[in-house]
Amino acid sequence: MGIVLLIVIVVIVVILVIYAIAIYNGLVRRRNEVEESYRQIDVQLKRRYDLIPNLLEGVKKYFRQEQDVLTQITQARSQAMRPQSPGQQAQSEARLSGAIGNLFAVAENYPELRSNTVLIDFQEELSSTENKISFARQHYNDSVQSYNTKIQSFPAVIFSRAMGFTEKEYFEAQGPERESVTVSYD
Amino acid sequence: MDQRDQGTFRERIARNRRNSLLLIAAFLAFVTIFGYIIGFAWLGDPTRALFGLALALVVGVVSGLVSYFAGDKMVLAASRAREITHDDAPVLFNVVEEMSIASGLPMPKVYIVDDSAPNAFATGRDPEHATVAVTSGLLEKLDRDELQGVMAHEMSHVANFDIRYSMLVGILVGTTVLISDFFLRGLWLGGGRGGGRRSGNGGGQLQIIMILIAIVLAILAPLFARLLQLSISRQREFLADATAVRLTRNPKGLADALQKISDDREVLEAANRATAHLYIVNPIKRFEKRSKGLFSTHPPIEERIMILRAMESGGVAETSGQTSTETP
Repeated sequence: MGIVLLIVIVVIVVILVIYAIAIYNGLVRRRNEVEESYRQIDVQLKRRYDLIPNLLEGVKKYFRQEQDVLTQITQARSQAMRPQSPGQQAQSEARLSGAIGNLFAVAENYPELRSNTVLIDFQEELSSTENKISFARQHYNDSVQSYNTKIQSFPAVIFSRAMGFTEKEYFEAQGPERESVTVSYD
Repeated sequence: MDQRDQGTFRERIARNRRNSLLLIAAFLAFVTIFGYIIGFAWLGDPTRALFGLALALVVGVVSGLVSYFAGDKMVLAASRAREITHDDAPVLFNVVEEMSIASGLPMPKVYIVDDSAPNAFATGRDPEHATVAVTSGLLEKLDRDELQGVMAHEMSHVANFDIRYSMLVGILVGTTVLISDFFLRGLWLGGGRGGGRRSGNGGGQLQIIMILIAIVLAILAPLFARLLQLSISRQREFLADATAVRLTRNPKGLADALQKISDDREVLEAANRATAHLYIVNPIKRFEKRSKGLFSTHPPIEERIMILRAMESGGVAETSGQTSTETP
């Protein structure tokens, strides 16, 4: 009788341990996803910082009367490249996007620039990089949401804090450029 | 993107994995039985029929393995697709990269099919070995947002493991057709050799019954295999549309793209019956007219566009319990 009870207890303990390990591994996987998607934002931001000097070099001669447009971009770029919190980062990125948008708006006034292939190619690369940044953020927020929900829900909530799983900060959207659309499947 | 959504997303992948295993098991069982019956019909006795069984099993397993590991290359070669880099088609490459970032999946290989009819497909066995392909006509006729919608749809097939499942289904259909054809042609060219010798005894009668069963199976099996292929790919198109909108947050792009592709009257020469189910819009146009029927690989395009338009206006759309949208 005692042996049966012992076996039952051992089996229950083993099942609980396996269950806890599975939950723990799930949390680790989600946390890694969050960190990986944050790195992806950095990769794309850096890509844009690298593109900007080339763009400025290519169009410099057309912008002699519009120096402040170029200066704004240079300033916004160095501001955005400083280390800062995700919230601040989003603000300085928005400023940089605004400055670049301004350059393309001004370029509309120069007929020789509108047909300039360097500018057209750069416009595609830059706007694609902007898209990549916002998609990387979107994916980051998706993974943060999944991770935060997981560590706040039962049963992970029992030990998640003790094990060092803490909530991650969302990337706040700037401006109304992307309306959110929620889709569900059932 | 709530928890429920993430859950169903993972569940869908798990379901695809489970269905894939079931499909392989059912397929092997069917090939074994079919091979035995054909063997019996042809060679005329239960022992020698095992030869037919073995042959069918070998054909099934070998074609399965070859297709699993090289199926994507075979599909791409059959479509005469060529791989491109960023500089060959910067907009296309950028759009694919954007969608791979939005979905958190590795960057797939990008191919172009030189065909003026606009269409696109994805193939491969998992997200690490995935390929997306578009026709040159699609690149010419779609604007950037529309192209993004189409690539989001294709990346959704990659993310959901639909590409693997479609490939397995393609193998199943292909091999079943191959074995059936093999038997029917053999019969036509003077099969039942063993039967000639044995006519008159009990074995001969049994053999005639087996021949009849084999003929019925050889005619029906490819039809059933095709029906399976069709019903499966129809559901998946709705799901991939919904996942695509989750990635782009822009239902209009995909809706406009589907409209343009379906309005286009050019015939996609690169597609055939074996690859038709892979494309975003059914490339075999004459099927599209009666696409509500059993024999369509795709749901009616009007219905897909209607659902996307409803998401656009933030309304609620429901169709056959598959897809719904909700405003946040």
